[in-house]
Amino acid sequence: MINLNFIYSEIFICLAIMILLITGVFKKNSSHLIYNLSILSLFACLALILNFPIDANVELFNNSYKIDYLSSFMKILLILSGIFVLLSSSKYIQIVKINKIEYPILVLSSITGMMVMISSNDLILFYIGLELQSLALYVLASFNRENILSSESGLKYFVLSALSSGLLLYGCSLIYGFSGSTNFNLIAENINMDSYGLTFGIIFIITGLAFKISAVPFHMWAPDVYEGSPTSVTIFFAILPKIAAITVFIRILYVPFLNIIDQWQIIIVFLSIASMLFGSIAAIGQKNLKRLIAYSSISHMGYALAGLSVGTNQGIQSSITYISIYLFMNLAFFSCVFMLRRDDKYFENIEDLSGLSKNHPLLSFSFLIVLFSLAGIPPLVGFFAKFYIFTAVIEQSMYTLAIIGLLSTVVAAFYYLRIIKIIYFDPEKEKYESNHNIGLKISLAFSTLFILFYFIYPSPLIEIIEKINII
Amino acid sequence: MDFPILSSLILLPLLGSIFIFFSKSKSNTYLTIKYLALFVSFANFILSLYLWYLFDPSTSEFQFLEEQSWIKGFINYKVGIDGISILFIILTTFITPLCVVSVNSTIKYRLKDFLVAILIMESLMIGVFCSLDLVIFYLFFEGGLIPMFLIIGIWGGDRRVYSAFKFFLYTLLGSVLMLVAIISIYWITGTTDVMYLYNLGIDQKYQYLLWLAFFSSFAVKTPMWPVHTWLPDAHVEAPTAGSVLLAAILLKMAGYGFIRFSIGLFPIASEYFIPLIYILSLIAIIYTSLVALMQEDMKKLIAYSSVAHMGFVTLGIFTFTQQGLEGSIFQMISHGLVSAALFLSVGVIYERMHTRLIANYGGLVSVMPKYAIVLMVFTLGAVGLPGTTGFIGEFLILIGAFKKSFLVAVIASIGVILSAAYMLWLYKRVIFGEIKKNEIKKIADLNKSEIFILSSLVLPIIFFGFYPEPLLNTTEISIENLIEMYNKNLNSILIEK
Repeated sequence: MINLNFIYSEIFICLAIMILLITGVFKKNSSHLIYNLSILSLFACLALILNFPIDANVELFNNSYKIDYLSSFMKILLILSGIFVLLSSSKYIQIVKINKIEYPILVLSSITGMMVMISSNDLILFYIGLELQSLALYVLASFNRENILSSESGLKYFVLSALSSGLLLYGCSLIYGFSGSTNFNLIAENINMDSYGLTFGIIFIITGLAFKISAVPFHMWAPDVYEGSPTSVTIFFAILPKIAAITVFIRILYVPFLNIIDQWQIIIVFLSIASMLFGSIAAIGQKNLKRLIAYSSISHMGYALAGLSVGTNQGIQSSITYISIYLFMNLAFFSCVFMLRRDDKYFENIEDLSGLSKNHPLLSFSFLIVLFSLAGIPPLVGFFAKFYIFTAVIEQSMYTLAIIGLLSTVVAAFYYLRIIKIIYFDPEKEKYESNHNIGLKISLAFSTLFILFYFIYPSPLIEIIEKINII
Repeated sequence: MDFPILSSLILLPLLGSIFIFFSKSKSNTYLTIKYLALFVSFANFILSLYLWYLFDPSTSEFQFLEEQSWIKGFINYKVGIDGISILFIILTTFITPLCVVSVNSTIKYRLKDFLVAILIMESLMIGVFCSLDLVIFYLFFEGGLIPMFLIIGIWGGDRRVYSAFKFFLYTLLGSVLMLVAIISIYWITGTTDVMYLYNLGIDQKYQYLLWLAFFSSFAVKTPMWPVHTWLPDAHVEAPTAGSVLLAAILLKMAGYGFIRFSIGLFPIASEYFIPLIYILSLIAIIYTSLVALMQEDMKKLIAYSSVAHMGFVTLGIFTFTQQGLEGSIFQMISHGLVSAALFLSVGVIYERMHTRLIANYGGLVSVMPKYAIVLMVFTLGAVGLPGTTGFIGEFLILIGAFKKSFLVAVIASIGVILSAAYMLWLYKRVIFGEIKKNEIKKIADLNKSEIFILSSLVLPIIFFGFYPEPLLNTTEISIENLIEMYNKNLNSILIEK
């Protein structure tokens, strides 16, 4: 008898999706209600996860579904950010007129897919989760049908993502062929160091996952999709798939393939260095805030990968810390972007920020905090994220990686400073409305305060994450 | 448990800045905010004087220690002071109220934000001088970039954006290598606590690279030739109070860092790299003095003179003699007072004439007699005339240098002559001569707040020039101990060989 207790949260969210869908079909003009109900069901889902002992370690369904500290923590992170994303974008989707009933339901199904990904302990299950989240994301990217950029971004994401899924699946089949199993534990037992097929399989899987977190050289889709999608979807893209993909990265690299670390370590190091450098340099010339944050997220993923490339628990923990902190920084950034609204029109060019500090001191202060934090300047939280990563990297004496990474933060600082310059030093240009919905205000206030005051007491986050021991 | 006086020094300005940030002030004069900022910074000054009173100069141990677990099992928040750091703290708390008073005439818009930035700067700078953990030190050291970037960028002159970016990126680039070094130290020794590291010592084979990484950060901040180019730009564009903070305190963070970390943690590497430091310092002294002679902009001239003076400081530090090190600290304090005073003086006439070009002035002595007198004192202080603090610092450094190398000391002495040349020439061109312009005839002499600021700088410059004992006494034992430790480390290496 399988103990279903542990997957109550997944069951609940599936049921919620179906009930909400039925309600939406039979009840007219219920999009607002469904939106709020989806937020509520995410809260309930969070409560269900927290209800069970978080340090449980069980494997369900023939060891293909794993509930452990890592998966529980990442799910909590995922659902928390889901809640914040929905809270902050409720006004946006009304004004851009994409407040259809499908919108929150697609968000929920994508989150379900990610939860499956996070818990998967089997290649097939992992692939199913990945496809579930991707399918929902294709639709979400092109949700603003009237906007040609949005359609383009959906199509672009679909085509490229299908390609990468193909590679991923090919990698999975190679690994199955050379190890005789799709279960991570069994692969780890039967692994044969010398077979080239296995190495190719790993490379294909890493390629597919690198595509999902938009690491260089598989980043091409990110800027276009970030720019084209509605902002409420961009914030989703920027945060949630990355949490899921990093977890899968950890699981695949460190459970079945830990013994052949010398085979994949160099690949991850390369991805990391390329992402850090490319993301920092390419962002310099950008004019659109969403496009800029796309490049910035490419470089941030480079740092997260640097933590993963180390091959120690410390490295994994630093990477998870990085993702957790990155989540709040992005949330704060996009909450600021959501506030640039006047006459039912949203502004997303960097030039629109010109002289913002004259009329909106608090909003510009939040921008200031977020941007310096993204640049990694102490004592803001972004510094600690990088600090933990480089602590782990230097422990293994990977000095080249550390020095390149830190030098690219200097390059990156330049384009963050450019935005600050436009906000604070340039003459004023636009004046925006200041009545925002409470959800947006909460998410901005919460994330900004977290960024600003994390340094006072950094221990709790570290202590929670320190319990994640994969190796 | 004792009253946590150091943390109070750090926190008080921060709390003040939070109050000011959230206070609503409708009127254009911002009177309450100004008084609040002045009160906070002055209270901090009194507190630091009290600290000096409590301070026991007869021991080289760290005093007023506070330790608090910060990142569990990894980094502790640890602050404490010894004879080396206390003077810098007092310098910081002394200069900040003067900056706050000086905003009256120099800052025309967004005064509230400016005062917030100044007070946050004060907090961070005090933090730098009393932190006893490398990571905490780095946090304060780098955190100062944010307010300074804004001070230059928002309230600066025409090329403020360029200067602010140059300042920020130069310093950040220098410091990231220091971060790598700090993390490496943690993995090599298992701690970032400076007191433990002093006892533990760092293995010789690591010292050279670590020293270079720290050097890259401090050299940019000092600034040493050839990475000094951000300083003239930043000084020229920053508002008066910003220049004062930059010259008086920010530059001292690097000198302090050299003494506390480079010498304290890496004695063998410090000995090894002496030629590098001497060459760079001498180039800074001679070359930037010559450059200063050619400047047409007053602020730029003073900025280049700062580079030259800091060249003396680095030279003195790396003589590893009692006189050289004491002289360096004295010179830093003296330069903090003198350069702050000079920038404030330039600010005074800039507010009246809106130009910093030397050629536009001349003959000020007949219209601004009081100004001419105080500027004379500051100029002589910068030249290093006996009876001012500048003399004692340079004199001690040169004694230290003579002990170490005759040639180095002779070349450095030429710098003293050059500094007299450019400073006195500047004074002559601005104050004496004929009045060339009609606007100068109408210029008003110092007003009350300016007299207050400038005279409160004249007093310590002359007082400590004649009676340096209090300052030298405070530092003496700590430096003796530092040199003793340094020699012990070197000898132990020689014995091993």
